[in-house]
Amino acid sequence: MNKWKRLMLSGVLSGMMVFVAACGGGNKAGGNDAEGESASELSGEVIMDGSSTVYPIAEAAAEEYMAEQPNVKVSVGMSGTGGGFEKFSKGESDFSNASRPIKEEEKQAAAANDIEFQEFQLAYDGLSVVVNKENDWVDYLTVDELKKMWTEDGKEKKWSDIRSGWPDEEIQFFSPGHDSGTYDYFDEVILEGKEMVKTAQLSEDDNILVRGVEGDRYAIGYFGYAYYLENKDKLKIVPIDAGNGPIEPTNETIETGKYTPLSRPLFTYVNVKSLKEKPQVYDYMEFLLETAGDLAEEVGYVRLPEEKYKEQLETLQGLK
Amino acid sequence: MDKLLVSKRMKGRLVQNAILQAIFFFATVLGLIALMLLLSHVVMQAIGWLDGDFLNNFPSRRPEEAGMKSGLIGSLWLMMIVAPVSFILGVGTAIYLEEYALKNRFTAFIQTNISNLTGVPSIVFGLLGLTIFVRELGLGRSVLAAGLTMSLLVFPVIVVAAQEAIRAVPQQLREASYAMGATKWQTICRVVLPAALPGMLTGAILALSRAVGETAPLVVLGIPTFIAYLPSGVLDTFTVMPLQIYNWTGRPQEEFQHVAAAGIVVLLGFLIMMNSVAVLIRNKFQKRF
Repeated sequence: MNKWKRLMLSGVLSGMMVFVAACGGGNKAGGNDAEGESASELSGEVIMDGSSTVYPIAEAAAEEYMAEQPNVKVSVGMSGTGGGFEKFSKGESDFSNASRPIKEEEKQAAAANDIEFQEFQLAYDGLSVVVNKENDWVDYLTVDELKKMWTEDGKEKKWSDIRSGWPDEEIQFFSPGHDSGTYDYFDEVILEGKEMVKTAQLSEDDNILVRGVEGDRYAIGYFGYAYYLENKDKLKIVPIDAGNGPIEPTNETIETGKYTPLSRPLFTYVNVKSLKEKPQVYDYMEFLLETAGDLAEEVGYVRLPEEKYKEQLETLQGLK
Repeated sequence: MDKLLVSKRMKGRLVQNAILQAIFFFATVLGLIALMLLLSHVVMQAIGWLDGDFLNNFPSRRPEEAGMKSGLIGSLWLMMIVAPVSFILGVGTAIYLEEYALKNRFTAFIQTNISNLTGVPSIVFGLLGLTIFVRELGLGRSVLAAGLTMSLLVFPVIVVAAQEAIRAVPQQLREASYAMGATKWQTICRVVLPAALPGMLTGAILALSRAVGETAPLVVLGIPTFIAYLPSGVLDTFTVMPLQIYNWTGRPQEEFQHVAAAGIVVLLGFLIMMNSVAVLIRNKFQKRF
């Protein structure tokens, strides 16, 4: 009886193993040695990690690139901007995506491990300030009004405090969480380092913010442009006045920089040593700069002006 | 007089009984309803999106083409490491603590620590795995590194369940074995373990179910989300189903919510299949005593 049990157990286990092995083996057949075949066929690994905001662009690029170079294994992670830099500065990744520029201490961490890097911009994102669809009083907000609204001052925030004539109702705030680059950016340009209102509801998932603003007449929130684009019919966008009249975020106003101060560039940082030593990393970077504009628009971001991509391609060639 | 008192109080007690029964029934139904709502919502969303292509495609920016192949196979690979490692570690620890260890302060200290480990947030295990397996041992973001991290995460659950199971084995069985001249190891191996196995497998089911659904420690380890190739060994990079689902639910496009729902259904199916294997083995071993 003991034998029968053991047989059963090993049967189940080996069955599982065969399944895994069969599924895993298929891809290997292409072979990793592209040498000698044709010069343009590359192989090896490209490791990309970092911001979840930049992830959709990176994913799109990786998908397209692997259609062109099937033997290059591109992997893209989403540890967040900070988490990405932490690994990047230890030489564990070739690329680190970021939704804000690298911080001084992150630079020092990279320098301590002799990691040389180069910054590239891939696209723009326009932080979109939105209110409820039934909100019929807000026509636009100035940067100062935004500041007044979102900074903590110990008092209850009412719409009537912001501009007279607006309803005497408490404002409900919805903001991305502290770990996101989106929060960092808003903190920098609007709050200027001051504390955000304590009553703000934070969420790392922008879809939750969309639902929050959608469900409350007196709500206000902000998040990435892509989330506004997808929910245009459910939300009302607030044009922002930074001194030159109210500007609404659109592909055009973001690309030309008219939508300030809430447009921000999205970055990728590349390890210069990888760039020089691994031809597939160089090739992938080139591919990124050539395709990022189109791919960014496809996933809901805004392309950079064409000359910016050209300039950056020249910078890249200088690094070879 | 006694009878009077009894009949006086009887009514109150019966009412009390009925109320409590209603409360407990309500508690059961509430949980079930919540689960049914959740499941039906997910399944409704997944309908039309869950097909052969979904299982056979790699991740994609286009919701119609996005699939779970790398996640599904990656999760399988992960379980191939986690299941044996955590089970052997967990059961080994339980045998030591229950059968060999002296009942002293040191044992109590180990016991307390293991019980506390079950409550440690999973992200902490991620940091531990990142430091030890990914960096110190140089395993990188591989199946092996992630599998070992997950094994550490779930092994306390197995230890606790296995200990309970071993404790439930009647002392007479051991004594009978000794009386027949068996050594301690022979007793453990041929009497205690077979008798305790069903309970241990229940623990293993709980543990593996947790391991297959965890996201946070893998994000900390730097396990990538987009991978359009399959691992060919335990030292290759990979991705798992929960990471895919996490990514899809966070996407702005409505369609990705359906893709995520399809992913959740696949993950549930995977869980059920994995657990039924364990239940099958368990049933084979049950009816010992």
